[in-house]
Amino acid sequence: MNSLGLKIPFYGLILAFGLFAPLMFPAYTNQMAVLWLMIILSLTWDLQGGQMGYNSLGNIFFFGFGMYVSAVVQIGLVYDVGVYTRASGGGIFEFTPVQYYTGLALGMAAAGVLSSISAVILGRIVFGLRGPYFAIGTLGVAIAAGELTGAWGWVGGGQGITMPQVPGDPDSAKYFLYLLNFSLAVVLFIFLSWLYSTRFGQAINAIRDDEEKAEGMGIRTTRYKSICWAVSAFFLGISGAVFGNMIGFIEPLEVAFQTINFGIFMVVMVLLGGKGTLWGPIVGAVVFHVIKELTWTYLLGWQWVALGAMIVIIVVYFQDGIMGWVKRKKPEWFGIRVEEKEFAGQPEAAE
Amino acid sequence: MSSDIIEVVHVSKSFGGVIANNDISMTVEKGKITGLIGPNGSGKTTLFNSIVGYHPIDSGSIKFEGKEISKRRVQQIARLGLLRTFQQTRIYGRMNCVENMLISIPHRKLDLLDMFSRNSPDEYEKAHQFLDFVGLYEKRLLRAGSLSFGQQKLLEFAMALMNDPTVLLLDEPTAGINPTLINGLIDRLKRANEEFGITLFVIEHNMRVIMNMAEKVYCLAHGELLAEGSPDEIQNNQDVIDAYLGAH
Repeated sequence: MNSLGLKIPFYGLILAFGLFAPLMFPAYTNQMAVLWLMIILSLTWDLQGGQMGYNSLGNIFFFGFGMYVSAVVQIGLVYDVGVYTRASGGGIFEFTPVQYYTGLALGMAAAGVLSSISAVILGRIVFGLRGPYFAIGTLGVAIAAGELTGAWGWVGGGQGITMPQVPGDPDSAKYFLYLLNFSLAVVLFIFLSWLYSTRFGQAINAIRDDEEKAEGMGIRTTRYKSICWAVSAFFLGISGAVFGNMIGFIEPLEVAFQTINFGIFMVVMVLLGGKGTLWGPIVGAVVFHVIKELTWTYLLGWQWVALGAMIVIIVVYFQDGIMGWVKRKKPEWFGIRVEEKEFAGQPEAAE
Repeated sequence: MSSDIIEVVHVSKSFGGVIANNDISMTVEKGKITGLIGPNGSGKTTLFNSIVGYHPIDSGSIKFEGKEISKRRVQQIARLGLLRTFQQTRIYGRMNCVENMLISIPHRKLDLLDMFSRNSPDEYEKAHQFLDFVGLYEKRLLRAGSLSFGQQKLLEFAMALMNDPTVLLLDEPTAGINPTLINGLIDRLKRANEEFGITLFVIEHNMRVIMNMAEKVYCLAHGELLAEGSPDEIQNNQDVIDAYLGAH
């Protein structure tokens, strides 16, 4: 929607902000890292909730799954996982920088890949459900995963796992983890803007608008649904791995499979920003994060009430979200217009 | 027999106690336009659904180009080149017309890697040509859901053409279309048949339309095949007249 001359400075500004803002405002590094995480959560949710129309309430499963996979890989490379978790951080378990960074790299990779595989397997079971049944079915998966993990002693059960620390001084460690979140968000954005410009993007949009019609036109719907969810799970798994290291201590219900926090936030952010658009989830994540930080600071005690009220208002009065509202007011900005009859037959940029 | 592209042999289908199709046999000749008429509830759409694989049939056999397709699934049958349009028009409402067209390219020719590339200039040109063919070129950048019902019907027809089918099953193509546009649509259906060589199998309530287009017409009533023949024969068949006037 922007011309190239505007795009380059615009993206440059965002990149510069992303790289240098934490150095200028070191006190806010963690908040900004969470902001990028929020953007990852909303972009991955929108991929299959907004673009494909499968509203999942259980995407947090992949986030928690990736977190635990990464923890097990990072610890298991050096120590016995059972012994490590039984000591629950009390024993002295050192990780040398080489051990830590190798573990983190392998952990993130395993988190992404295994989350993808779990999405394909889960998809076989839950893609038979449509609409609200799919939402409830996936929510059930996430809750069950939290409870099962809580009962599994080898990975620390309800007590959780104390994660290995990033080597080096705390400030540069923070910045390092911030950069992981930031670069993951950037890679995800670039990947999605490419993906939505391909035939695959059209195919999942078609599934959203009328799945039966898409089947009737010969589109391989099951295959694309699996791929779509697997992509979403891949990035969610990695972001879970990063977040686990960032927070330093992981446990099943409040951190990993946190259905009522991030699990709902990712849906609200997309609804707020505008479903099914590339920028909507980002705008929604930023606005939501700011509102959330403000209510948690100034309305403490009432923050959940404020959040609930916001969800009600969005769902009842503002379903199209910010981008949807702009699109309705200014359709020509999005290329929605009646064209003069001049038959050129040239390719044109699809929105 | 080799010129029959669809062969329906002794097909029965019931829903609970309702027998929607009872022992129906008919053929659709390659390259021709075949009509299917019958009063409401006579089982026309059920037969269409059976042919394109929306539900399994209870007994009988359905062949497309000599291959048995009654056990295949919807997407597989569509990829063979046997396509249908819907009575209640179905388009992708939140995508624009061009995107609706582009995603309707024939998927039998696409492998997985093709899905992760952009549309070729050829596909854009073809999409524009077909949109022009049905008279929607000026509206191509509008959301398909914002078009009128008649325009959506035309778009659905254009999407079907984009899919490059061998046979097109049309479920009431003129229902809900402004009478002044019907002649234009008949003309386009005929041209699709003649210029693009697409075999048409058409359900239609509008007698004028079906008599104008079809070379052979089948008539269903109460789930059974009542009559078959040329439009003239059907028009003068006493059973058909009785069925439509409700004399049964």
